[in-house]
Amino acid sequence: MIEETSQATMSVWRGNKAGGRYEIYSVPTDEGMVVLDVIHRIQALRAPDLAVRWNCKAGKCGSCSAEINGKAALMCMTRMNTFGPGEEITVSPMKTFPIIKDLVSDVSFNYEKAKEIPAFKPKPKEADGTRRMYQEDVDRVQEFHKCIECFLCQDTCHVIRDHEENKKAFSGPRFFVRLAALEMHPLDTNDRLELIRAKAGLGFCNITKCCTEVCPEDIHITDNAIIPLKERIVTEFYDPLAWAKRRIISKGGPKG
Amino acid sequence: MSREGLERHDYDVIVVGAGGAGLRAAIESSAAGARTALICKSLLGKAHTVMAEGGIAAALGNVWQEDNWRVHFRDTMRGGKLLNNWRMAQLHAQEAPERVLELEEWGALFDRTKDGLILQRDFGGHRYARLAHVGDRTGLEMIRTLQQHAVHKGIDVYMECTLQRLLTEGGRIAGAFGYWRDSGKFVLFGTRAVVLATGGVGKAWKITSNSWEYTGDGIAMALDAGADLIDMEMVQFHPTGMVAPASVRGILVTEGVRGDGGTLKNNQGKRFMFDYIPEFFRADTADTEREADAWYDDKRNNRRTPDLLPRDEVARAINSEVKAGRGTKNGGVYLDIASRRTADYIRKRLPSMYHQFKELADVDITTTPMEVGPTLHYIMGGVRVDADTAASTVPGLYAAGEVAAGMHGANRLGGNSLSDLLVFGRRAGAAAAEYASRTTARPVDDGQVEEAARSVLAPFEGEGGENPYALHAELQETMQALVGIIRTEAELVRAVAKLDGLGERVERVTVEGNRQFNPGWHLALDLRSMLTVSQACTRSALLRTESRGGHTRQDYPKADPEWGKKNVVTRKRGGRLELTTEPLPQLPEELRQLVLSEEKQPERQPA
Repeated sequence: MIEETSQATMSVWRGNKAGGRYEIYSVPTDEGMVVLDVIHRIQALRAPDLAVRWNCKAGKCGSCSAEINGKAALMCMTRMNTFGPGEEITVSPMKTFPIIKDLVSDVSFNYEKAKEIPAFKPKPKEADGTRRMYQEDVDRVQEFHKCIECFLCQDTCHVIRDHEENKKAFSGPRFFVRLAALEMHPLDTNDRLELIRAKAGLGFCNITKCCTEVCPEDIHITDNAIIPLKERIVTEFYDPLAWAKRRIISKGGPKG
Repeated sequence: MSREGLERHDYDVIVVGAGGAGLRAAIESSAAGARTALICKSLLGKAHTVMAEGGIAAALGNVWQEDNWRVHFRDTMRGGKLLNNWRMAQLHAQEAPERVLELEEWGALFDRTKDGLILQRDFGGHRYARLAHVGDRTGLEMIRTLQQHAVHKGIDVYMECTLQRLLTEGGRIAGAFGYWRDSGKFVLFGTRAVVLATGGVGKAWKITSNSWEYTGDGIAMALDAGADLIDMEMVQFHPTGMVAPASVRGILVTEGVRGDGGTLKNNQGKRFMFDYIPEFFRADTADTEREADAWYDDKRNNRRTPDLLPRDEVARAINSEVKAGRGTKNGGVYLDIASRRTADYIRKRLPSMYHQFKELADVDITTTPMEVGPTLHYIMGGVRVDADTAASTVPGLYAAGEVAAGMHGANRLGGNSLSDLLVFGRRAGAAAAEYASRTTARPVDDGQVEEAARSVLAPFEGEGGENPYALHAELQETMQALVGIIRTEAELVRAVAKLDGLGERVERVTVEGNRQFNPGWHLALDLRSMLTVSQACTRSALLRTESRGGHTRQDYPKADPEWGKKNVVTRKRGGRLELTTEPLPQLPEELRQLVLSEEKQPERQPA
């Protein structure tokens, strides 16, 4: 570990959908810099048209996702002093999505998947016109709501990373988290289990936890979202008693 | 340019910007039956709203039953040093609770009280704990809730699309012109109404909490279309941004740290805010540490801690301490919650602050005080709007959120921004849809489109060799050094000259590469907006010869009652900025009594 370097050398992928290659840049650095700062310095001093997506530079918006030395990470939260002296640093765009240019990939897959998820549908209000929920009932769902939609979990998920053909019938970890948030929301009454089983393709996930490892918000994607959803599917679809009950009473109990 | 091959879309209403105000406006406009498009510079869900931390101010009365819209209104007007558009402040205070509860209907999950209701936290300038929140990531919850709601309503969203010009016909809105960031190709929108929800201008300053998008495009486009701006001198320096290491300088540290018990200390360990209580807030503010600390739990018998004075007061105090040599070696002061609250409490209440300091500064905020200093955070000024409809002075043009002015007067209270976005986003969307329903589509003027297209492509033709990144850095140095927290005539005059020079150099920018996702080109275009808003801000600051809220003049250190009755108005006529003053809307007597109860005219300690 080195505390600071005065010069950083970075190998950055440059190109577009027609192809590309790594270009090596050396720029001066300051104390406490993150990878995104170095990319900005490369833009300012060496390559003004280097494409990168970013917004907040504070780990809150999830825009600057990339692969740093092959690992899916946010550029704004990866500090330069986590690399050893002389360690080669490579920065490339997320591999799972089509490339637009340089470090910018086309993440529209995720926005299309989001549209497929049935909306939140709350149950009626309490008799006094309020919505009462207790902190312990919302804690778990609040964990899921921490998601900043950086799509690093999607990028790292081998179900779609290595198998383009799976994208059609697989929503990916980000949307399992979203589905879990809706399924466990104390007020929601919509039923998404068939979608989760079929169109979202939860069954493809074999719980290797790659998604959890790269989550910059430390959401326990596998343990807290995916596994409980899998358990729910098993209970609802493969337990005959529950199946029959499901036909009679929809989620959230009888209406009215 | 040829109209053939130019991508064109037609709508009743287009909403520019997809933060809280834009999303809320689009939802309302679409619900009213208007064909609505939402256009944003970034991906959906990444707008600056996502960075809001502390909460949404709304007098729900869940924690303190004494709270109601009148108290919220009074706090807002006093926080704004009475320069607010009173009607906006009234509507805001009255409607904010409904807007928060509506988010809950759409799936938002706020932190809860013991009774299962929405929990509210203390914040600067608010008499009662009033901010509905989710830990310290309230903006994320709000934007995600609105985003998902909008997606399910089937609103057309144009992402990574930057608008450059509003098109008018006979002085009315007819359309808008811009480019796709990924391809650089042009796109034309024919529309009856435009809602601007483009946020602020922070990227013109060096130390800022704002994201890259905050380049003042909406304000500049409105000005070019003939709209009035007001209060452009009123910018807010948030008192607590990170100061070290240098590369993270400016990143926001939520006021929630102080709301949840943190206190500011100088390098001698002294809680210096007790030395900076202005006369205007003396009756409302604790003058001993014992009373200040007791206030957190007992608001009936104690007055508010001076750590939670409005942001302008706290930012100036920190500035003074550092100048007097009582700051940290990095030029900040200490914000200490470690010695005042348990580690568990801090991690539960302020998880992103914990994470942010741990990851970016190697500081554990549960054991060590944070180092903080002022960071440019918000502009109170912007497009002049009608309070009830958010209509600008150009027919068909509406503005909501940070791009609009008036609501916050000379200084915005923390938490009043998210509620502003919801209240006026909704009003703007409704009014724009209503306007669109009673007007016909205007023809788009080919000449305006051609002129805009030429202008957007000019940086590729330029041979002047100016580098957009270098010019941006110079602009930021200029605004930081000369148009900061404390201003003087000499420095402002220098800033105007410097900005004039930069304006000429921006015309000589040369960009490399092609039109495909080219940040150098995008910055060259954004620089024009940043320069325009910087000029408007600096020249307004020169004109207002008093100190009030976010505008402090060392050479005019007192608030002047005469200036308290006037807005500085900026217009663009014949390609030149024109500045003038106009009277504020008159506060009705009944509300005036409410605002001034127990109080004197605003005064301030010399900076």
